[in-house]
Amino acid sequence: MNLIAENLSYKLDEQFHLNEVSFNFKKGNIYTILGRTLSGKTTLLKTIAGLLTPDTGEMKFEDRDFLKVPVWERNIAMVYQQFINYPHLNVFENVAFPLKQRKIDNKKINVEVSKSLKSVGLEGYENRKIQELSGGQQQRVSLARSLVKNAKILLLDEPLVNLDYKLREQLREEFKNIFSQGLSKESIVVFSTTDPKEAMELNGEVIVLDEGKVLQVGLAKEIFENPKTLKVAEISNDPPMNILKANIGENKIKFEGIEIVLPEHLSIIKDKNFNLGIRASDIQLSDTGYDFEVELAEISGSETLLHLKRGNAKIITSIEEVMNFNIHDKVKINFNTKKVYAFNESGTLASSPFGGSYV
Amino acid sequence: MGKLYKFLKYFFITFWAVFVVAPFLWALTTSFKDFNSVNGGATYIPWVDFEPKLEGWRVLIKSPAKGGVDIIEPYFNSLFVTCTASLISIVLGTLSAYALSRFTFKAGFVKNNDITFFFISQRIMPPIVLSIPFFLFLGAINLLDSLIGLIVVYIVLLMPIAVWIMVDFFNKVPREIDETALIDGCNPYQAFFKVVLPNSIPGLIVAGMFCIIFGWIDFFFAFILTFTEVQLLPVKIVALNSSITPWWSLSASALVSVAPLIIVAFIVERYLSKGNLSGAIK
Repeated sequence: MNLIAENLSYKLDEQFHLNEVSFNFKKGNIYTILGRTLSGKTTLLKTIAGLLTPDTGEMKFEDRDFLKVPVWERNIAMVYQQFINYPHLNVFENVAFPLKQRKIDNKKINVEVSKSLKSVGLEGYENRKIQELSGGQQQRVSLARSLVKNAKILLLDEPLVNLDYKLREQLREEFKNIFSQGLSKESIVVFSTTDPKEAMELNGEVIVLDEGKVLQVGLAKEIFENPKTLKVAEISNDPPMNILKANIGENKIKFEGIEIVLPEHLSIIKDKNFNLGIRASDIQLSDTGYDFEVELAEISGSETLLHLKRGNAKIITSIEEVMNFNIHDKVKINFNTKKVYAFNESGTLASSPFGGSYV
Repeated sequence: MGKLYKFLKYFFITFWAVFVVAPFLWALTTSFKDFNSVNGGATYIPWVDFEPKLEGWRVLIKSPAKGGVDIIEPYFNSLFVTCTASLISIVLGTLSAYALSRFTFKAGFVKNNDITFFFISQRIMPPIVLSIPFFLFLGAINLLDSLIGLIVVYIVLLMPIAVWIMVDFFNKVPREIDETALIDGCNPYQAFFKVVLPNSIPGLIVAGMFCIIFGWIDFFFAFILTFTEVQLLPVKIVALNSSITPWWSLSASALVSVAPLIIVAFIVERYLSKGNLSGAIK
């Protein structure tokens, strides 16, 4: 009774939007598709919805060949990153639309629509025009329209990306509640996002997608702790994990004239040259640290993102407070060596602080 | 600068308005005059300058036998041909425009844009190019000098306008709305009629009004493709001779012939500026 896909490929203008994608989605679970822009997330969701037909591959749901079922009979729901609603209908009519399409009687529609509008916090807005609502409210309407259907598959395509910061945080919280109570054990939720934090917070199974290819599948925690490759490490961290070319000698990690005592978990590496991966959050300012030059300082929220440079090595670090830096300032930083990753030259994880290795 | 600019702006707007309205005003006053008022010098203000009479208007509906010109039949012929042709053009044009906007066609090197251009190119051509083919074609199927023949020809002239306006309009309706309708359980026809079409009403109205305007003002084909049985209003009015028909009746006939266009212009103006799609997509 799962949604099973095998080797889905979709090519447009000689470019793969999906490249041999396979998955097995079980009912009652949340799946997060994590990938950068143009990685094929929307293509994948549209393929599941039936709006696109893959060039090759198979998809099965409830023992039916899902690719042969037309969109309007698939019983799915989808929320787009743009706020898509029916502009000629008011809020109530928008949410009621899919139910009316199923010819459900009016009394039941009224009950279901009110319930759904309540769950997204829009009771009292029934008679408003869509154009009169703010972006966040419009997105709630389309979410309500998706929830009211009790669809077996709920697809959410970067639903929070076009909202402002505060609303995004708020809706993200609400999503978790809605998913945990509102949805039955019969539904599959597929949520796509570019934001690793969102993927981690939803805490379901994460599929890391890049250039149409599945790079890694696993629980959010597993992806965070043991990213299979350099690419996954970049995609699943925000800011992306810093990758530095380094080599090992005399029990030390050496790069750009810096020598760090080899942490225990890296002693298993056999190759002399490797890629050192350090999360931005594992780098601190320290008076006894190594000299770096400031290339750029961005203040985002309550953090400061520092882009630093030393020779050929460029790193990004995040500082948990708002600080002002000038370009070309010299700063001293230290690395939390217990938390560094090693990827071998081909890019696969050689050693992680959580004991993972894909060599 | 602000004050001078404002003054100049309103000065030119007023000047232009007077310039545009003056001929209509002239025709309007003339239509209510009689022989003495017309020949008595420049008079414009009714009841002050001259005594308004309805004689000019009465002539329009009198039969020729009683010294009238009887424009009622040509008027309704014109209305019937224009409205029927416009309606058919809008229906066919809207459906073609939706197909051209949403689906990908490919026949050799011919693609969607080429098909759209083909439609529009019908209007790029000078109409005289089409006159002989149309004449021979209608002659071959026995539709010369008939209302149906004129409707067929007008559809050829009007449908490109409908396609042109509606392709542009549908391209602005986000595809995601159709997709959402499909996801919400509509088949493609229901998606079109229940969701896309209700959101395209401003476009439909504008396209419809343009069809009516271009159908109504056509003189050329109405003149070439009819002889004695059927007469359309523009042909009838041109045929009026000022040495027989008095000036006041000519003025009245000119006014009744532009009346529908004035109504249409007001409707179009309201909808041209008003988009109904905000809120569909951000």
